[in-house]
Amino acid sequence: MASITHFNPSTPKRDLAVMGIFALVVLTAPIWATPIGANYPDLLQRFAIFGIFAIGYNLLFGLTGYLSFGHAAFLGVGSYAAVWIFKLLTMNAILAVAFGMLVAAVFAVAIGYVALRRAGIYFAILTLAFAQMSYRLAYSVLTPITNGETGLTLDGNDPRVIDALFGGGGEGIPNPSLFGLELTGYAAFYFCAVVLILAFWVSLKIFRSPFGLKLLAIKSNQTRMRFTGYNTRPYVLTVFVISGMYAGLAGSLMAVTDPLAGAERMVWTASGEVVLMTILGGAGTLVGPMLGAVLIKYAENIFSAVNDSQLADLFGFLPEPVTDLMVGVASLFVGEGWHLTLGLLFMAIVIFLPGGMMEGLYRIGGAIRRRRAGGRAADNSAVTQPSE
Amino acid sequence: MDSLLLQLLNGLDKGAAYALIALGLTLVFGTLGVVNFAHGALFMLGAFVAVSVNKLLTISQKVRDESITAFEAYTEKPYLEIWLGDLGTEIIQWSVPISALVAIPVMLLIGLVMERGLIQYFYKRTHAEQILVTFGLAIVLGEIIKVFFGANPISQSAPPELSGAARLGAMLGLNENLVYPWWRLVYLLCSFLIVSSVFAFLKLTTYGMVVRAGMADREMVGLLGINIQRRFTVVFGIAAIVTGLAGCLYTPILPPDYHMGMNFLVLSFVVVVVGGMGSLGGAVCAGFLLGILQSFAAMSWVKDIVPGIDQIIIYLIAVVILLTRPRGLMGRKGVMEG
Amino acid sequence: MAQNFVLNVSDVNKSFGGLQALTNINLQIEEGKTHAVIGPNGAGKSTLLNTVIGRLAPDTGSVLFDGVNLTGKTAHQINQLGVARVFQTPEIFLDLTVLQNIEIAALAKRDGAFSFKPFRSMFSETKIQQEAVDMLDDMGLHHLRDHPAANLSRGDKRRLEIAMCLIQHPRLLLLDEPTAGMARHDTNRTIDLLQRIKARGMTKVIIEHDMHVVFSLADWISVLAQGAIIAEGTPEDIKGNPKVQEAYLGGTEV
Repeated sequence: MASITHFNPSTPKRDLAVMGIFALVVLTAPIWATPIGANYPDLLQRFAIFGIFAIGYNLLFGLTGYLSFGHAAFLGVGSYAAVWIFKLLTMNAILAVAFGMLVAAVFAVAIGYVALRRAGIYFAILTLAFAQMSYRLAYSVLTPITNGETGLTLDGNDPRVIDALFGGGGEGIPNPSLFGLELTGYAAFYFCAVVLILAFWVSLKIFRSPFGLKLLAIKSNQTRMRFTGYNTRPYVLTVFVISGMYAGLAGSLMAVTDPLAGAERMVWTASGEVVLMTILGGAGTLVGPMLGAVLIKYAENIFSAVNDSQLADLFGFLPEPVTDLMVGVASLFVGEGWHLTLGLLFMAIVIFLPGGMMEGLYRIGGAIRRRRAGGRAADNSAVTQPSE
Repeated sequence: MDSLLLQLLNGLDKGAAYALIALGLTLVFGTLGVVNFAHGALFMLGAFVAVSVNKLLTISQKVRDESITAFEAYTEKPYLEIWLGDLGTEIIQWSVPISALVAIPVMLLIGLVMERGLIQYFYKRTHAEQILVTFGLAIVLGEIIKVFFGANPISQSAPPELSGAARLGAMLGLNENLVYPWWRLVYLLCSFLIVSSVFAFLKLTTYGMVVRAGMADREMVGLLGINIQRRFTVVFGIAAIVTGLAGCLYTPILPPDYHMGMNFLVLSFVVVVVGGMGSLGGAVCAGFLLGILQSFAAMSWVKDIVPGIDQIIIYLIAVVILLTRPRGLMGRKGVMEG
Repeated sequence: MAQNFVLNVSDVNKSFGGLQALTNINLQIEEGKTHAVIGPNGAGKSTLLNTVIGRLAPDTGSVLFDGVNLTGKTAHQINQLGVARVFQTPEIFLDLTVLQNIEIAALAKRDGAFSFKPFRSMFSETKIQQEAVDMLDDMGLHHLRDHPAANLSRGDKRRLEIAMCLIQHPRLLLLDEPTAGMARHDTNRTIDLLQRIKARGMTKVIIEHDMHVVFSLADWISVLAQGAIIAEGTPEDIKGNPKVQEAYLGGTEV
């Protein structure tokens, strides 16, 4: 898969503009999400959290081409770590997020160190095996830490040592907070939004750094990289850990917005979902993974919420037998059947748009530019076109 | 000692299932070079052939229940019983073996459609893309089954003649208490039969020899002017049959649900990796090996020593094998490397 | 006296199973000279090269680069010691632009085998960029700088690969059949380029089976046949050597 971004002449000015627009779009989400019916904090948070997850995954897959099928494990680990902070120390979100990232990093170092001894399909299976082990253990022997199938939740009897020191606590289960500011509703969304913007900024910096360029070179030709004097494994391991920390960050933010953690977050199909988000948006592009995450979570929200009576309203203008037929067919794809739509989406993207949405946008953009330029641009199209 | 023997036996039928699935998967790997994440779905589809056949055989008519005289009661009576009497009952009871016969053409068809309709366009694409498109296909197939059969497991029963327990201990002159379900023995037998037919086909027929040559050096065989493409399509069909039969016959042991394909998929990949990509013998051996080891790991004294080992043993072995013998137990050089 | 030589291969033997691939190989590569190793196909050239770069351990004997034993060293370590390598089929970063290809090589020289500075920007790497642009100018590739390397012709790919090696200022440049599979025109351009590098006094080892390519380039030629060095000398010596004639005529190549 091509790395489109690097063929586009990027300049510090352009990057600043991208950063500004990104921040603006994220912060104004409650406004632009209103017309598309997504204007509630719960969904917007999910956009931000899965955006972080996909941006981090893209650092590994998009830059180095290493396909990890076990990233959900880091997400789950981040969630558990954050909830434990809430239980034992404090409801302050900063500490929970920091600890979630730290624990995910430790896991990523251990798993990455072993899995990166192999490449290609073997790497994918090794990461898958490790994630499955984590998932199985979370359900079985690690129950004292994970609380098994019930999932880890907060309890009125939790010590919360630091909060207790400062005379906090009191009756009931408190909400996660940021130095006194309760993180519920839009406060929680804005917390996630700021973290997302930071995460995007870091990703942009890595893309533009010599380190990022070297990662792209590793993806392109690892043999040449070695004979050019680079020890490639620590490079891939470093970015593997960074992307694991992004996953841990996403997982701990899930715990911040809803303080519970369950092993189902680690199941391998959840790892598959983040791969899909990244590829749907465009692996190796800066904003693609974010777009992919939003699109999938938005589609999930729309499709899984629709029920038969809404469908009947939608097709109500048709003659009755036709309405029944349409409702019958359409109901396969919505509500419980949302996964069917997801699977079809998966296939459609890989078949028709392997470069993802960003490639689609570039193609459209290129076509418009060509039309404007008249056939003049035909000879330099080789420069702007992403190679396969 | 006896408990070890029992665990060995318990592991065998699980191992047989792993071996069959992995055999199908590695056929596809080795010949087509395609990483097929929809392979587990083939196992699941095979199982649902059994469910469908059973449903078809038991299509019923409402009839008056004669045993209740106080009021008019109705009961469902399958047409087969109405038309054929006891023979009909017998046929219904033997629905799983019958469905195995049905599964052969059905799975072949499914395999051919899958290969011609989708997989063939992905031979030249990256592994990542192959994984993703087949992963999507696996989800779609699972969901379609869910639409028709619901989300709950549907149990199937073995024919009554084969559903008891064999008193193996007594037969072999060992402990009287050592018993083993007949159906599992049947499953083992069938899997041996299937594995040997596949090997016989590949090793003894000229058709199979060309396929094996194609596995070793595809370009060469292409240069000889043989239409290797069509043969590979057939191989995909065979892989679908093997995997489907594994699923179909497994239904009395494990009630199938729409999600079972995903569970078996991960396992079958692990088995193939342990056996060595592209090695048919390796896949079969690794299947049995892992099934048996998994069964041993489930013994209580083992779990006392290493808690949770039964949950992760298979993955743990895969990790160790991949790190110490990157080509698996019997893998050949140059298959799926890089 | 070994200190005068950049590369010192002494008494190297290597066998695979029963097959003796290399027999008592001795090579001394002098600083600043172009040394060609020629031989018909199957003479053991690749085995020799792989032994030199540490990929294969010799059964006996040693390979010293600047007094450092190369056996068991990894590819990146050998490069960082100052050995750059050009492959038979150009190994370049096809997905990156021509300029980025050169920058990567320049960064390896500056940053070493591993460095992690995620917040440094390529935009501020003006020195590296300037160096890379100068190199492209020198190589006549400047007009292609923003093209993906995949779009280059075979000859330009080879030039790019050589440029990537040169920007690292290696003490020793290994070239493995640099004109293999090239059209006449590209072959001549590559030979011109190598002659230009030769004029700068860089130490080079060229592995080649086509004698004509090396006669105009080499200061010293070693002829390899059936795993052993059968003749050594200046191009003039080798041209007239009957053993060499026989090895080549007896084989398939002329």
